[in-house]
Amino acid sequence: MLAELKKAIGVAAWFMFLTLPILAVKVNAIEQTVAWRWTNLALVGGAAFLLTLVGAFFVRYRPQLTTHWPDLSGLGLARFKGWLLALIALFAAVFPALFSSYQINIMTSALMYAVLGLGLNIVVGLAGLLDLGYVAFYAVGAYSYALLNYHFGLGFWGCLPIGGVLAALFGIVLGFPVLRLRGDYLAIVTLGFGEIIRLVLENWNAFSFGPSGIANIPRPGLFGLALPVDEAICYTYYLVLLLGLLTIFVVNRLRDSRIGRAWIALREDEIACQAMGIDKTRTKLTAFALGASWAGLVGVMFAAKTTFINPASFTFQESAIILAIVVLGGMGSTVGVVIAALIFILLPEYLRAFADYRMLLFGAIMVGGMVFRPQGIIGNVRRSYKFPEQGTGHD
Amino acid sequence: MTEPLPLLQVRHLSMAFGGLWAVQGLDLEIGAGEIVALIGPNGAGKTTFFNCLTGVYAPTAGDILLTRPGQAAVRLNGLLPNQITEMGLARTFQNIRLFPEMSVIENVMIGCHCRHRAGILGAILRGRATRAEEEMIVARSYAILQQLQISQYVNELAKNLPYGAQRCLEIARALATEPLILLLDEPAAGLNPKETSELDALILQVREQYQVSIVLIEHDMKLVMSLSDRIYVMDYGEKIAQGTPAEIRVNSAVIKAYLGEDDA
Repeated sequence: MLAELKKAIGVAAWFMFLTLPILAVKVNAIEQTVAWRWTNLALVGGAAFLLTLVGAFFVRYRPQLTTHWPDLSGLGLARFKGWLLALIALFAAVFPALFSSYQINIMTSALMYAVLGLGLNIVVGLAGLLDLGYVAFYAVGAYSYALLNYHFGLGFWGCLPIGGVLAALFGIVLGFPVLRLRGDYLAIVTLGFGEIIRLVLENWNAFSFGPSGIANIPRPGLFGLALPVDEAICYTYYLVLLLGLLTIFVVNRLRDSRIGRAWIALREDEIACQAMGIDKTRTKLTAFALGASWAGLVGVMFAAKTTFINPASFTFQESAIILAIVVLGGMGSTVGVVIAALIFILLPEYLRAFADYRMLLFGAIMVGGMVFRPQGIIGNVRRSYKFPEQGTGHD
Repeated sequence: MTEPLPLLQVRHLSMAFGGLWAVQGLDLEIGAGEIVALIGPNGAGKTTFFNCLTGVYAPTAGDILLTRPGQAAVRLNGLLPNQITEMGLARTFQNIRLFPEMSVIENVMIGCHCRHRAGILGAILRGRATRAEEEMIVARSYAILQQLQISQYVNELAKNLPYGAQRCLEIARALATEPLILLLDEPAAGLNPKETSELDALILQVREQYQVSIVLIEHDMKLVMSLSDRIYVMDYGEKIAQGTPAEIRVNSAVIKAYLGEDDA
């Protein structure tokens, strides 16, 4: 502890020395005087001292802070899992009745990002293919609805499957050239792919109406009824909620299937995976296609929700956020990704009270999350198999 | 009536990396149910030969012919690794290559992958056929784990297993692909003498139970001499000797390759 104090004092002194010329000495060239602002220097020293101490504290106690969530299995919480789920379901169901349409809109976005996260989770979390251009498939979905509606008057429900299938096709189109690539190289190519799609949308005016985008996209209809705005917002919320539930259902089933296992094996060791008789090409392409199709579906929903889209909604920033959701939530974990998506989208909204410091706090939370929970909110949990001969010794 | 071809026949196999011939003109045969060892000093081209057999490399020249019982010979050169595994050649790796973040049984279940067909729709709908197939995969994988005496680890992550058990799991995973020929690349590397003698018994048991031929790259001479029906010796990419363990033990070319020549 004494050593840490000494170090903190040393750091404070060093910072005070470094900042002395710019923060403490103020030369007034007109009156030819020098003002010494000692309070500034004291503040710098104090801040450096405190931050160093806090840092040392975290380094010292990191093992305790990092490792695991407290083990609650002894409390028999599994019994309440059903109740907890029911409570969450009830809350989700009555949410629109309790909150303003502004809140509903935010929650709808958060759920959309949860679906996007789950889709990307197939590609990145399960199959281990680092995709930085995921937003391209989101754009494909959104533009397929907008354009099909504009040119052919197709409705929301007709476009929803088309958007999903088109995005899956684009996933395969991206998948073919990158079959041989892994890791950093794959990330760069997918990044390029995302930018290509955005730039095409931005510059091919005849096709996509360029940066001015497409307006007046109809909201989702209810058996041909056009709903007033408030009700349409509620309706969209429920649609996205349903899509989210469908996604969780499908992704969970895929993960514990023959195909899901092949994806994970591909992530773990590509050479061994092939040597065990898994068709690498087909496995990668299904991962890309299935991951992309969710982005396509959400894209159609997004276009219907905002009624206006332009290329500015599909920048690299979006890909980065979705990837951050997957990483922070825990690669391959469904619950983790959903929680991370809610945190990621809701937090910046509720941090608005902090005004200018909003993004600073948000960034600090992200950094803290990765330092103390590098495996994500929910780490790697494998399904456990039970056998009669085996007894209960293992789980 | 001509003599039936052996299960695996390798003719004049060569593999060049630029100007370097890692394997040159290798001839080799493996009969059904045989245990064949491939030995030689480090860098002799043994693992390269394995990589050619299993499709990791496409051989520069030569033929690899697989004749499955009651079927015509198939040429394996140029096929993808997964296609070759499907044909019935399964391998383990010199440096263990398990799927570390998957559980032990899932590692073996991956081996079953190429013998089943459940697709995306089956996985989502989880109909009766898919569930039955899944149950079969789990049961079969567990049976293999039991036979190799590592079933106590069934739900552990592969990376948490002791070293010897990891080697065993690699063999289990390869067996799950239902091979005709099992290729073991230095299975005894890093094992202590007790574990090695257990491995000796295990390999014999595997041949018995799974009716496989086994090709073995190994440096542990005691293991090689006790297990093998026949031995091939390689040096500088070429075959320098072949024969039974007794013949190899006294072969002058082999002794020269291993111990060097006495000039005095």
